[in-house]
Amino acid sequence: MTSTVTAGASPALRTTVLAQRNWKTAISLLVFALLGLIGFGLLGQSSDVTFNWTGTGDDVIIPNWVEDSKRIGVVFGILMLAITGVSVWFTWNRTRPPAWLVLVFGLLFVTALLASVGAGGRVPVIYLATGAISFAVPVILGAVAGVMGERVGVVNIAIEGQLLLGAFMAAIIGTMTGNLFLGIASAMIGGALVAMILASFSIKYLVDQIIIGVVLNVLVAGITSFFYSAVMTRNSEGFNFPGTLSFLAIPGLSDIPLIGPILFDNRITTYAVFVIVPLVGLLMYKTRWGLRLRAVGEHPLAADTVGINVNRTRFRVMTLAGLIAGLGGAALSIGAVGPFIRDMSAGQGYIALACVILGRWNPWYAATAALMFGFARIFQVWAGQAGSGIPADFIAMIPYLVTLVAVAGFVGKSIGPAAAGKAYVKQ
Amino acid sequence: MSTDTTSAPTKKPSADEPAGLSSQILREIMGGGAVRTVLAILCGFIVGAILIIATSEEVAQVSGYFFSRPMDTVSAAWAAVSGGYGALFRGSIFNPDANSFAASVRPITETLRLGAPLIAAGLGIALSFRVGLFNIGGQGQLLLGVVFASYASFAWPLPYGLHLIVAVVFGILGAALWGSIVGLLKATTGAHEVIVTIMLNYVAFNLVTWLMRSGFLHDDAAGGNPQTVAPLDTAQLPPILGPGFSLHAGFLLVVAATIFYWWLMERSTIGYRFRTVGLNPNAARTAGMNVPKIYVVAMAASAAFVGIAGVNQTLGRAGGVTPSIDAGIGFDGITVALLGGGGAVGIFFAGLLFGAMKAGSPMMQIADVSPEVLLVVQGVIVLFIAAPPLVRAIFRLPTPVPAGPIKTFVKSLFTRGKNS
Repeated sequence: MTSTVTAGASPALRTTVLAQRNWKTAISLLVFALLGLIGFGLLGQSSDVTFNWTGTGDDVIIPNWVEDSKRIGVVFGILMLAITGVSVWFTWNRTRPPAWLVLVFGLLFVTALLASVGAGGRVPVIYLATGAISFAVPVILGAVAGVMGERVGVVNIAIEGQLLLGAFMAAIIGTMTGNLFLGIASAMIGGALVAMILASFSIKYLVDQIIIGVVLNVLVAGITSFFYSAVMTRNSEGFNFPGTLSFLAIPGLSDIPLIGPILFDNRITTYAVFVIVPLVGLLMYKTRWGLRLRAVGEHPLAADTVGINVNRTRFRVMTLAGLIAGLGGAALSIGAVGPFIRDMSAGQGYIALACVILGRWNPWYAATAALMFGFARIFQVWAGQAGSGIPADFIAMIPYLVTLVAVAGFVGKSIGPAAAGKAYVKQ
Repeated sequence: MSTDTTSAPTKKPSADEPAGLSSQILREIMGGGAVRTVLAILCGFIVGAILIIATSEEVAQVSGYFFSRPMDTVSAAWAAVSGGYGALFRGSIFNPDANSFAASVRPITETLRLGAPLIAAGLGIALSFRVGLFNIGGQGQLLLGVVFASYASFAWPLPYGLHLIVAVVFGILGAALWGSIVGLLKATTGAHEVIVTIMLNYVAFNLVTWLMRSGFLHDDAAGGNPQTVAPLDTAQLPPILGPGFSLHAGFLLVVAATIFYWWLMERSTIGYRFRTVGLNPNAARTAGMNVPKIYVVAMAASAAFVGIAGVNQTLGRAGGVTPSIDAGIGFDGITVALLGGGGAVGIFFAGLLFGAMKAGSPMMQIADVSPEVLLVVQGVIVLFIAAPPLVRAIFRLPTPVPAGPIKTFVKSLFTRGKNS
């Protein structure tokens, strides 16, 4: 039969046909390496920069790292060129450069960038790291929800709406009950509600998933704006005065220098990220539930054939993802500034969507991508204060340009779940 | 006519339905898009009314003694809803309370003025939808239209007439170039257009802010704030109803764009290719069409229509513009396109409906009803429009007929010349 024919033909083919070399990553790395070497090194200004590792009131003090910014630029630029060389070698041997190598490259680039902007002053590492994490929390949670949705075959454009409704519910319920944990719970329910509408419209009524997602965003923006102006602004004491979640320092761990203040002195929403990302990663790749989930997203017909209820799986996973995205919404309002503000998600749901693709539909990588956006935002704030020569509007553009380059270069064609965006109709 | 006899046997006559012509026509109308659209709009306003009642303080006061005097609550609810929607009507269609005729009809001209950019953006987004692309990048494309039109409008002194045309064309060109980036990236690297357009929105916004803050568009009079230089008189869209009204020639531009859109999509070769790729890119490729090229052209064309909205915003005023000139129009284009259903006429009226909501908002604010309720109305309308089976299920409408008597008749009108 056909299977024996292909089996017989494949050994012969294997010797002659080799996988094509994909130079996109290597070329992108080369561009950034040269940019770093020339921009921060050869053309960068030469003055001392102080990397400050300690927060105020720490017992253990790590000595500051003082170095000439131009020297950092040159040395790190050469290191980046070396990594580019290694990735060329990988590409020549028809393998992908490992992800950690690209990560190291990114760290080198960022350090050189910080040294260049902070030249003549100091780089507050703890401030930048904590800021990046807290800006990233809603995006990470939204991106994890997006990954789950696309892995099960539902494209979720409505992350924006889930974040917004979550932020709204957390603020209003948190104020009315005086209990922020009820606020968090209702935010999660709000996110799940949007997810359930999205899932049922795309599953039951076969509406295009992208269209229904956009429509839900419009609807949530309308509803929250209406209640914000008709209820919240008229009586903000009674409806929009929740306060913020308090910081919980983990005894012992939070005293570790550098890592302690960054990782172990956070709000509960941030700790939730530390739990949810590994948990989702584990569930998705190491359990039967995860295998089924991915099967539904890759090949629903095959999944159906082996007895998985495709549409029920999609509905349940979407609802679960909605709970996570709703939590991200709570992180926006009571997990950061406190009260709800009209349209406060401000496109972060769309950023989360970009992180899903940038992170190759993997919760770990998606969270890393979200962290990059978080860092870009805190960097923008800091660079504005540090008075860098680069216009603030350009700095604000960087993460979006990086995403564009990455989507066009690193990710490219058809790596996502094969059935994402398509409704499954049982024959 | 012969069409009746041919179409009747092909439709299988079910047991509960007589196969008479009148019931066929009724079925076609009730199953068609127009009834569904009207019902969706009705649903939207009903949901809006519920929200107005739920948040009205007057209603809340009298509902305390609902069981002793229920009519008080009903009349208060009616007063709240009619006050809100009445203000919307007076602000967007006709104001009978105004002291002159010109002031009375001024609201409808405001609806036309505010609807014009929404129509243009809706046409652009709808074009991309019909090619099977999701252009979420209306904001960025509109802003690039603003940049190019604005630059041409103050930097090149040209005579009356010519200057306006140059500025308009230049603005459309700018938007089209920005849009073609999306098509190029999709065609060459396979990057998904939704992500690319969203990212390009942010890039465009920051780029335009920088250009307006310190670049070549910056108006020194604005100090450190981002603002463009005001367009020269020769490049402004002239008022078309005299000085008493702010309606300007931008509306005529949009009417022309609507007609052009209809021709482009329904009658031209490139429009046929667009629609073919949208229906089935594989079939289009098999038929010998260059699908990547069509993606690039379609995104450029889509952005060009959105660019008209940017041109309209820039040249339709005497002063300079700020980066917030987009005012959500690029995104609203998506809802307009969805409500309009992809056809030129539908988009035109959808844009006018949303324009009316914008025009009526200040009047609602005065009547102490939060105009944000209209955002909910819009959301509900497009939700129902996006899900035809939902509306059919709620109102128990029949399923759409593929070829009913009316459609066959209309089709025979258009094809008669070619066949006989």
